[in-house]
Amino acid sequence: MTSEYRPYTLIAELTYRCPLRCPYCSNPLGFAHHMDEIDTDTWLRVFQEAEALGVVQLNLTGGEPLLRDDLELLIEKAGKLELYSNLITSGIPLTFERLSRFRTLGLNSVQMSIQSTRPTESDRIAGAPSFRRKLEAMHWVKSLEFPLTMNVVLHRDNIAEIADLIALAESVSADRLELANAQYGGWALQNRPALLPTREQVECARTIAAGARMRLQGKMEVLFVTPDYYSVYPKSCMDGWGRRFIVVNPQGLALPCHLAHTLPGLHFENVRQYHLSDIWHHSSSFNQFRGDGWLPDPCRTCDRRDRDFGGCRCQAFHVTGNAFSTDPACSLSPNHGYVESARSQASHLIGTPVLFEYRTGRGFTRA
Amino acid sequence: MTSATARPRLSPKVRLRFDRQTGRSLLLYPERGLELNKTATEIARLCTGEWTIEDIAHLLARRYVDVSTGEIKQDVHTFLDTLARRGLLQDQQ
Repeated sequence: MTSEYRPYTLIAELTYRCPLRCPYCSNPLGFAHHMDEIDTDTWLRVFQEAEALGVVQLNLTGGEPLLRDDLELLIEKAGKLELYSNLITSGIPLTFERLSRFRTLGLNSVQMSIQSTRPTESDRIAGAPSFRRKLEAMHWVKSLEFPLTMNVVLHRDNIAEIADLIALAESVSADRLELANAQYGGWALQNRPALLPTREQVECARTIAAGARMRLQGKMEVLFVTPDYYSVYPKSCMDGWGRRFIVVNPQGLALPCHLAHTLPGLHFENVRQYHLSDIWHHSSSFNQFRGDGWLPDPCRTCDRRDRDFGGCRCQAFHVTGNAFSTDPACSLSPNHGYVESARSQASHLIGTPVLFEYRTGRGFTRA
Repeated sequence: MTSATARPRLSPKVRLRFDRQTGRSLLLYPERGLELNKTATEIARLCTGEWTIEDIAHLLARRYVDVSTGEIKQDVHTFLDTLARRGLLQDQQ
């Protein structure tokens, strides 16, 4: 039988290095200082331990996973373990030859991001010239018969392009289109005033996406992720803390979500020292928010507590200063006023020029 | 997709594998997975592009003699519809 706590997916963050500088990047602030990445052998062991623990899906992500020159070895190992491997990439720097090699080694699917349908705008958001090369890379993905997921992070500046984004996904024959509103953690929280769309923008985009989902059913899966700030109830972040996902970050920390180590008071174990199954079952931090014993009011007695598990711990902490509080995205949260004022700020800011703080590789200079 | 003469074939994005944890089969595709029961596993294995939907129902009927043919046909259609809606089939007429 299915255990209540079984990781189905390992999210392997191979590096925080990235040639792009998207202002909504959800990686931790200060990532550029983390240069001590775990080595190939450690990753190979982690994959093996993850499979034994019940993992069947492997996301190879980052940063930009293509910057790891041992990616071939990692893909090969995933294939041998029958893990369904997804490469999540910006498509840069990629060559057709390398992608063909991934095919031979058993890579199962590719997810590629695009920032906008307008080349100059896409390049501006990414902070680097990239649009044309991404499109070329998507054609390679399809010509090698990989399933292609196109991913777009939506925010105030590109959400109005939704119909064009869908058309672009169709033109590259994407199998799946993820229209995901930015999640306001990491760099995105820093840039929230510049990124959060208005309610009207969100509703309009949602309607267009719903139409496309119907029209393309069976051909292309269209997924629209509403921003938390406009939902009545919070998302079941990561499907619940330590329930279905395990993240291993570039330095080897095993985490319930990729920002969990930014929460104060929690200590996370490193795969360099511990077996993944020890961490999954016995880590006090993995166990911290499992079950409902820890739930605050009003979650404790809420009918939805088995569905959303109190929402996102990181959002709770970054907004309220308390990781144990109800996710402020929830309309029942005593701290929901923060989200309401962010929404009204979004409608006041509409039409004003946007200044992003770019994630950079050298400290935090403003671009 | 539900026409009896269609020859369903799993999409190349799909991988069918045994799940050591549960003893069941898993049908994996990007970001998702379906846990299959025994009948669903058998139907999925027959989705090779070689058999028509009618063939699949007949093959199953031979193995499950105590289940009515009508019921088996219904199960096959329901399961294949689920796969088709998720874009997990390529059908070949």
